[in-house]
Amino acid sequence: MGKFSRIGNDLYGGRRSIDFVGRKALWYAVSGTLVAGAIAIIVLKGLNFGIEFTGGTQYRVPVSSSQASQATADDLREVVANAGIDGAANPTATTAGGNAILVQVEELTQDESDEVVAAIQTVVDVETADISQNEIGASWGQEVAQRAIIGVIVFLILVMLFIWAYFREWKMSIAALVALAHDIMITIGIYALSGFQVTPSAVTGLLAILGFSLYDTVVVFDKVRENTHERLKPGQSYSDAANLAVNQTLVRSVNTGIVALIPIGAILYVSAVQLGASSLQDLALAQFVGMAVGVYSSVFLAPRVLVHLKSTESAIVLQERRAKARARAQADRYASVPAFVEDMPVVDEPEDDADLDDEGQPESRPTAPPRGVEASGRGRVVPPSRGPVKQSNSAGRVQPVRQTKSKRGKK
Amino acid sequence: MARKTARPGRTLLVFLLGVAISYGLVALAGTWKPELGLDLQGGTRITMTAEGDPSSESFDEARKIIDQRVNSTGVREAEVTTQDNRFIVVEIPGRNARDLVDTVKRQAQLRFRLVACAADSATACTAAPQVDPTVPEPGTEPSNTPSNTPSGTPSDSVTQSGNPSDGATSGSANRATPGFLHKRGQGNGPAEALASNTASPTASPSDAPSESPSDTASSDPSSSPSPTESVAIPQGDPEKEAARVAEELAWSTSPDAAWVKRYNEFQCPTDGNPPQVVDNPDLPLITCEPGDDGGPAVKYLLSKAVIEGTDLESASAGIPQGQVGWVVNLEIGGVGQDAFSEVSTALVTNGGRFAIVLDGQVISAPTMNGRITNGQAEISGNFTEASAGSLATSLKFGALPISFQDDVSSETIGPSLAGDQLSAGLWAGGFGLGLVMLYCLLYYRGLGLVVLGSLAVAALITYSMVLLLGVSAGFTLTLPGIAGLIIAVGITADSFIIFFERIRDEMREGKTMRVAVESGWKRAKVTRLAANVVSLLSASVLYFFATGAVKGFGFALGLSTLIDLAVLFWFTKPLVSYLGRYRFFNGGGRFSGLSKETLGMDIARAEGRA
Repeated sequence: MGKFSRIGNDLYGGRRSIDFVGRKALWYAVSGTLVAGAIAIIVLKGLNFGIEFTGGTQYRVPVSSSQASQATADDLREVVANAGIDGAANPTATTAGGNAILVQVEELTQDESDEVVAAIQTVVDVETADISQNEIGASWGQEVAQRAIIGVIVFLILVMLFIWAYFREWKMSIAALVALAHDIMITIGIYALSGFQVTPSAVTGLLAILGFSLYDTVVVFDKVRENTHERLKPGQSYSDAANLAVNQTLVRSVNTGIVALIPIGAILYVSAVQLGASSLQDLALAQFVGMAVGVYSSVFLAPRVLVHLKSTESAIVLQERRAKARARAQADRYASVPAFVEDMPVVDEPEDDADLDDEGQPESRPTAPPRGVEASGRGRVVPPSRGPVKQSNSAGRVQPVRQTKSKRGKK
Repeated sequence: MARKTARPGRTLLVFLLGVAISYGLVALAGTWKPELGLDLQGGTRITMTAEGDPSSESFDEARKIIDQRVNSTGVREAEVTTQDNRFIVVEIPGRNARDLVDTVKRQAQLRFRLVACAADSATACTAAPQVDPTVPEPGTEPSNTPSNTPSGTPSDSVTQSGNPSDGATSGSANRATPGFLHKRGQGNGPAEALASNTASPTASPSDAPSESPSDTASSDPSSSPSPTESVAIPQGDPEKEAARVAEELAWSTSPDAAWVKRYNEFQCPTDGNPPQVVDNPDLPLITCEPGDDGGPAVKYLLSKAVIEGTDLESASAGIPQGQVGWVVNLEIGGVGQDAFSEVSTALVTNGGRFAIVLDGQVISAPTMNGRITNGQAEISGNFTEASAGSLATSLKFGALPISFQDDVSSETIGPSLAGDQLSAGLWAGGFGLGLVMLYCLLYYRGLGLVVLGSLAVAALITYSMVLLLGVSAGFTLTLPGIAGLIIAVGITADSFIIFFERIRDEMREGKTMRVAVESGWKRAKVTRLAANVVSLLSASVLYFFATGAVKGFGFALGLSTLIDLAVLFWFTKPLVSYLGRYRFFNGGGRFSGLSKETLGMDIARAEGRA
């Protein structure tokens, strides 16, 4: 625990920093590949829509009143699901009115339908003629989809406006939207890959991801805004401030990810491994993937896109340039000068530089780039201090301690 | 200062009191188990068979409208499916959903017509004096009937000003229901006024031929009685519309002889069943209004439809101010609003009545006691809260393009999910929650206890809300709903994580615990509000735009977000402030979760000094 919390402290103070906004090409490539892969899966494999979307066939199986129980319905569901028919892999079976059980499957061919009837007859003792069949229409047809799509579009517009109004930054809206699209595509892609049936609960889970992804991004952006507006230190560029913000919220992101994913993971495990096909596993899978990708994109993608978008603004460019100039001016010119030792070679081996860079730096003070070979061994040698010295924050290096006059003694 | 330190405790007390009150309400409602959805508990399945052979478009349309009706509150999660293009199957959670049958099945074709003759006015009505002999029998196309428009007789009715006997509020249609008048006798009231100004030789309606209750024969015999073809009346420009209304007004004061003859021959069914009539808006209509308390039905001769139900903008049930009975409030818009204004003007002056016809049956035939120009009307009658609500729901989402056969089969169905799913889901969720709590305890130590307390309180509130909404709004818990609530734990826990991380950040900057709580709260509050606005936006948009299960999900999401905010503001924050007074937390103790060691500051400081 101590180690981990120290990391948290270091991340907060900026002593340890992971470059979340830099290396654009690499991380764009990673995200882009993931999304492209997801789209490829969706296109190639396709989504397997359930009865609620496509309609299907309903078998009404008359049973004696003693048999019309939940247990029989469960048995029927099991048997039909295990009959190895594509369209009947995820049937529903309900008792109806105390003398019948309804089995609903997707649209089937005549042969498949006969197989289903045969499967039913292994559980319940009925004549083929007594099982009546009905076509059932989609309960989640066109207009439900249409309304849902309208709802999502309105939601996106409202959220864009909200983010723009709250952060006073439309580029944050765009970045959040990019992250959202990324999350949704990957979630759908993994869902398609799993081969689970698309049921209303899966759609519900996906819609929840819409909210969660944006929510997570807003939390990170809130810190970004705070760092870039209220707490911007002189000599800090926008991307540095944004990167610091992501690092500072990293502990929160990790914790939230863990806390949110544990319960869903448990549900996913129980439903997928122990129960088999169910609406629970559809929802859990969509949620699990969506939340995981949502946390990932709020850390790795959204701030990067934001900084990328902002990087062309003239104010930001200017800020960047100032920050660079300041870093250059503040660089400790003696930072990489080795202390003199007796058998010191006149010319440095290149490795020495690297060693000192790792260990020798007390703080994350910006340092000048290591000098060329010809510089070593020459230049001014820092004389031993005469009085006590200490690290000074304002000067950025050791400075003599100035004692009060009374303690300096008479001269 | 003293006040400030007293505050967190008080907020906590008030909040816990609120939770206790919500459970008091639950105890009053008397249910301690939530209503479960179709997938977990089963429910009632209503199968309706369409009349005739409707086209698949109108059938889909009907399915959509029924879906809107049963899911009007959006939290019941009923399912509506079609079968074989002939049946519409409605599955509603709960065993006692039979009362919904009416709401679902009602065609809800609403029309406003003018009353030409009514059986409770003690007079038979007479036709216009000069009836053109070439007027065709009613039944052929009605386009050539207006030949008898301005008949001279009723011009003396200008002085008759509505004179409502029961003093209804102005600005809305009068509540003088004919049934009411019927009970009171025919001494006064607008019906009398109508009867008297026709000044006719009184031939009582009782001497109409009474042998054959010729139900179907007497109804409109137009060649194709399918109601799908009769919904549209020509609604052209306003002037034409006004002319049409004026024409109907004239017709209602002096109907033509052929229709009066049919009217006199017509007999309402005596067994209380609605008469079998076909409600064609382009033809006059002879129909009945069911009597009060099984009393005799009242028959009417009505003009062509002057206002169509499609002009209805909204419908709601309510009790008007200063009254006791339930009514259905209507708001008429579009062309209908102008027509209604014109009709009301005319009826105020001549004391006539108009009839509100629902599915071919008169449900109310009030007089006007004032001009109504804003299209506000109300239907009164013997409504209860349930029946008024049901009618309003049926009207609100428009008329069904098809009608259904009378016999509706309804049966109880079992849950669609295997019985072990609920327990498995709950078990998994509980296990996951246990892990989350363990993690929080390990990571936040003392503060982890605050997380546990907050999560427990959030769970308590959620449960009471689910119970209360189950009683008041028909909220049902489906398996996705339960999973959604478990998932909401993640978001709720996130609010504590944000808050605590902020406190720790502030302490890393060198503040003491008690200062850090307040300054960290200031920042965490803003972040939480912004993030939750996003959640609320998504929830409300899903609720208002989507249908069915998505709607219910939006509701659950919004609910859990609001509960999250309430717990954070009124429980977690005061609790942390309150605990901050104790040495265990503010002293940087090892297990408080805020010691220098857990913050990682001890070693970092030392490094910095070196």
